[in-house]
Amino acid sequence: MNVYLDNNATTAVAPEVIDAMTPFFKDQWGNPSSMHRFGGAVAHHVQLARERIAALLGAQRGEIVFTSCGTESDNTALRGTLTRIPDKRHIITTKVEHPAVRTTCRWLRSQGYRLTELGVDAQGRLDLDELTDAISDDTAIVSVMWANNETGVVFPIDQIAGICKSRGVLFHCDAVQAVGKIQIDLSRTPIDLLAISGHKLHAPKGIGVLYVRRGTKLSPLMMGGHQERGRRAGTENVPYIVGLGRACELVAENMAEENRRVKAMRDRLERELLKRCSSAVVNGDVEHRLPNTSNISFEYVEGEAILLLMDQVGLAASSGSACTSGSLEPSHVLRAMGVPFTCVHGSIRFSLSRYNTEAEIDYVIEQIPRIIERLREISPYTESKPIADSVRSGSD
Amino acid sequence: MWDYSEKVVDHFLNPRNVGEIDDADGVGEVGSLACGDALKLTFKLGAEGRITDAKFKTFGCASAIASSSALTEMIRGMTLEEAEKVTNRDIAEFLGGLPEQKMHCSVMGREALELAIANHRGLSDGTKRELEGEVVCHCFGVMREDIERVVRENGLRKIEEVTSYCKAGGGCETCHDAIQEIIDEVARAGPVAQAPVDRPEADRLGKKLTNIQKIRLIEETIEREIRPRLRLDGGDIELIDLDGNRVIVGMRGNCANCMTAQFTLKETVEGPLREFVSDDLVVVQEEAEA
Repeated sequence: MNVYLDNNATTAVAPEVIDAMTPFFKDQWGNPSSMHRFGGAVAHHVQLARERIAALLGAQRGEIVFTSCGTESDNTALRGTLTRIPDKRHIITTKVEHPAVRTTCRWLRSQGYRLTELGVDAQGRLDLDELTDAISDDTAIVSVMWANNETGVVFPIDQIAGICKSRGVLFHCDAVQAVGKIQIDLSRTPIDLLAISGHKLHAPKGIGVLYVRRGTKLSPLMMGGHQERGRRAGTENVPYIVGLGRACELVAENMAEENRRVKAMRDRLERELLKRCSSAVVNGDVEHRLPNTSNISFEYVEGEAILLLMDQVGLAASSGSACTSGSLEPSHVLRAMGVPFTCVHGSIRFSLSRYNTEAEIDYVIEQIPRIIERLREISPYTESKPIADSVRSGSD
Repeated sequence: MWDYSEKVVDHFLNPRNVGEIDDADGVGEVGSLACGDALKLTFKLGAEGRITDAKFKTFGCASAIASSSALTEMIRGMTLEEAEKVTNRDIAEFLGGLPEQKMHCSVMGREALELAIANHRGLSDGTKRELEGEVVCHCFGVMREDIERVVRENGLRKIEEVTSYCKAGGGCETCHDAIQEIIDEVARAGPVAQAPVDRPEADRLGKKLTNIQKIRLIEETIEREIRPRLRLDGGDIELIDLDGNRVIVGMRGNCANCMTAQFTLKETVEGPLREFVSDDLVVVQEEAEA
């Protein structure tokens, strides 16, 4: 049995989305900017998709800008607004952002901006007083993710947006993991910019959205034609735009019911794994968390080894272990939370989707304890003999 | 995902000699939970002073487990004097190679073996490596001596390579200057071992290159790596022929009559060709052929 529990990395394209896209490869391949019937018919469908996405977000059609991915949306939001407010040189973000925001902010710091990265507590929560204190007259923008990709922890975005609005600073929210899993209403939450990625909600890779609140000054990152009302040049990726529109429509129709079902499976998976595996702990604030994500640390074993043994029995997930990150640094998110190294190395993120089944969860519950047990038999550490620190005891 | 040789996968999925020998003649424990990998090696000596049994317990990724398993297989039957000579590269080679960023797993194996031998000789309690001198990388607790050794034995030239081999410099990065100094010192002290090879093109084509592939790669390497350097000195090079592993070249321009042509041939021509095409190439000048 193959079970895919890595939906925070990417999701399967919904069959309905593929069906919606297909005509725009085969017959309706016109350029929406063209002044003839080939273009006109297509432009209508781009607008329809824009409306569907706007409807899901509680936004207006004109506030939706299509991009190529979540990363482009984040880059445009940050760099595109900062150039329009050149006299403000301070950026506030968090220590647990996705690299799309984190790396961009650090690059901006190298370009002379002052950067504040807000810390999180052991449950991965922000201290909003710290945010309030950090905002100054020089602050141009605050960028905080809605939900964390690794732990699923959800930040109080309504409050953060309120703080930013009251202090008159721009607020950008990377909502890549949140859209489709959390109710978002931009007519009520005063967010200025918000990034979405198609492939996290069963649309294909290669399509993203930047929501730009009406009146927000933004320079394009991509220069060229006047597409997207001058905010993003380049011929519209029509099939993918239509696909994302359909994906958002599906979300709008089924979100509440699907989230309830996914959450029930996630909770059962988590409960059973904690029961069946000793020395296993959940990372992150379980009260404020995406319904589909569970990040569990299995102590005394290492994440890459777990993932590879999981792969042997058809299970797919991901890990915050250093060995899977391509560097020696384990997950910056878990480290920012102060999760001890001993737990970070054995952390596994399970992220579910609407396509998972109870039978699959049964299989995962049966397989994971065996894998952990097998690796613990090889490991020199056990609960009774936890740590024999040698010369190479890393700093914590 | 599986960026590992078949042998690494085999040793990971079917690790040999897992466990601990109760009345071991030598015990070596290195690494820590904090570092992300740790190895406890125990061995038993037989009548002739040869290792008759070796067992391991490892916390770590697939290549850490495979390196440990391989180590126990390799040292069985060895005398301690033979075992002492096992290097991290031997372990990596036994496994059919390790990805560059996983080389530290083989280094961990070598360290545990040394420690176990020292423990047998009464020089160590088997858990502490008695190293003199300064800790260079505080994040991973790596000593100067360890860094010097991996640089020397593996011919490392870059900080990232050092990080891959012993983790030093992989954390806060404040020790990068110190690591660079060590690399420079080792380089000044003498010729380093042949660097581990990174031949993406050759690897992609598989180990066995056809003559045509080999010639094409040689041409590309000359164009990219060799000719620009020779031209700086007003010289040039021409590929004349390939005979098995003998690369016959003609030196042109200033290189043709240069007193140090032989040196140039070895350092500037043969080096890159071995690095990017094949280890067994020997470069000779056309005149020598005549």
